[in-house]
Amino acid sequence: MPILKIPTPLRPYADGQGSITAPGKNVSEVLEFTLEQYPHLKKHLLSDDQQLRPFVNVFLGEENIKELQGIETPLKEDDILLIIPSIAGG
Amino acid sequence: MKQDLTPYVKRIALDEGMPSLVGNTPLLPLVTLSNNGTSNVQVFAKAEWFNPSGSVKDRPAWGIIQNALHEGRILPGMHLLDSTSGNMGIAYATFGSALGIPITLALPSNASPERIKILQALGAELVLTDPLEGSDGAIQVAQQMAEDHPEKYYYANQYDNPENWRSHYKSTGPELLEQTAGKITHFVAGMGTTGTLTGVSCYFAEHKTDVEIIGVQPDSPFNGLEGLKHIATSLQPGIYDPSAADRIIPVKTEDAYDMVRCLAREEGYFIGISSGAAAVAARQVANELEEGVVVTVFPDAGFKYLSDDELWKTT
Repeated sequence: MPILKIPTPLRPYADGQGSITAPGKNVSEVLEFTLEQYPHLKKHLLSDDQQLRPFVNVFLGEENIKELQGIETPLKEDDILLIIPSIAGG
Repeated sequence: MKQDLTPYVKRIALDEGMPSLVGNTPLLPLVTLSNNGTSNVQVFAKAEWFNPSGSVKDRPAWGIIQNALHEGRILPGMHLLDSTSGNMGIAYATFGSALGIPITLALPSNASPERIKILQALGAELVLTDPLEGSDGAIQVAQQMAEDHPEKYYYANQYDNPENWRSHYKSTGPELLEQTAGKITHFVAGMGTTGTLTGVSCYFAEHKTDVEIIGVQPDSPFNGLEGLKHIATSLQPGIYDPSAADRIIPVKTEDAYDMVRCLAREEGYFIGISSGAAAVAARQVANELEEGVVVTVFPDAGFKYLSDDELWKTT
């Protein structure tokens, strides 16, 4: 099953998990599963209209899914997705 | 008077060269945020991209380097080492290049491509860190490198180095007072390392005690406000003084994005994301007032965010 890596700032909303193994044939299904398991993540990742918030960047390997097929990007069994935070500080 | 900073003094005349251009940035009127000029509230912003390396970080970077040289902490052959989200690194690299000091920076690998390319152009050595760990991960990497090789690195440590806030105490604070002819009533500053907020707050505590100091933070730990820190859930900067701000305004990322676009398209100010967040908070403060002079700091311009398509998208 694909793995979704959770960045440090979001881990408190995912029971401290750094990665979540989630069934899904595409990014959308993986996110849906993850948000069902950890509903506190939802307001950080999704806007009111249930779209990914504009600053949320999900990477499949080295590529931002925005440059692929967005949340419809298909996934293989051993794919690793990363949610990348913005950079704080100076 | 020239300062004796041997051996580096041979490379640059410090009171005539690039460092002499740090600070004294313009104060821009923000008409949109001042209720279109119809009220007795005026809002201004310091345009920090007028600094030589293009951001507010020239002030602390130059203060830290100057102090380290005076104290003999950067010896020939040593590298200045720090962690950065980009702008501080660009400032270090600019002055380091001019002075002949090698610069090594720990930087999360998801820093914008513009920042990475600028740093490479300036000749900085980059240690790219785990993007999942963000800025705090870069801090920990820099700390470890400094511990492992104290003979190689001078660890500048912008988060704990008092020269960071002192640079704003010495320059930003006096400039604000002079440029507003002493009429400033509210000061609004984004909180990253918290150097700007702390330094200006200290200056006003001594020179103009009736100025309200307002800090700006992301509204949540996971946000898109590059350069700002959600202090409660991050490694707390050593220079952070919780009493420096009279209050803190949390800002939502989407509101800052909207403000960036608004100021670009309605006032011609092409600003970065943390500047947008500062403007959102300044507008909130202005809307609470019947009269006053609200001043904020725009840390940088929009050039380093051009690759962020979502930011510039027309909604």
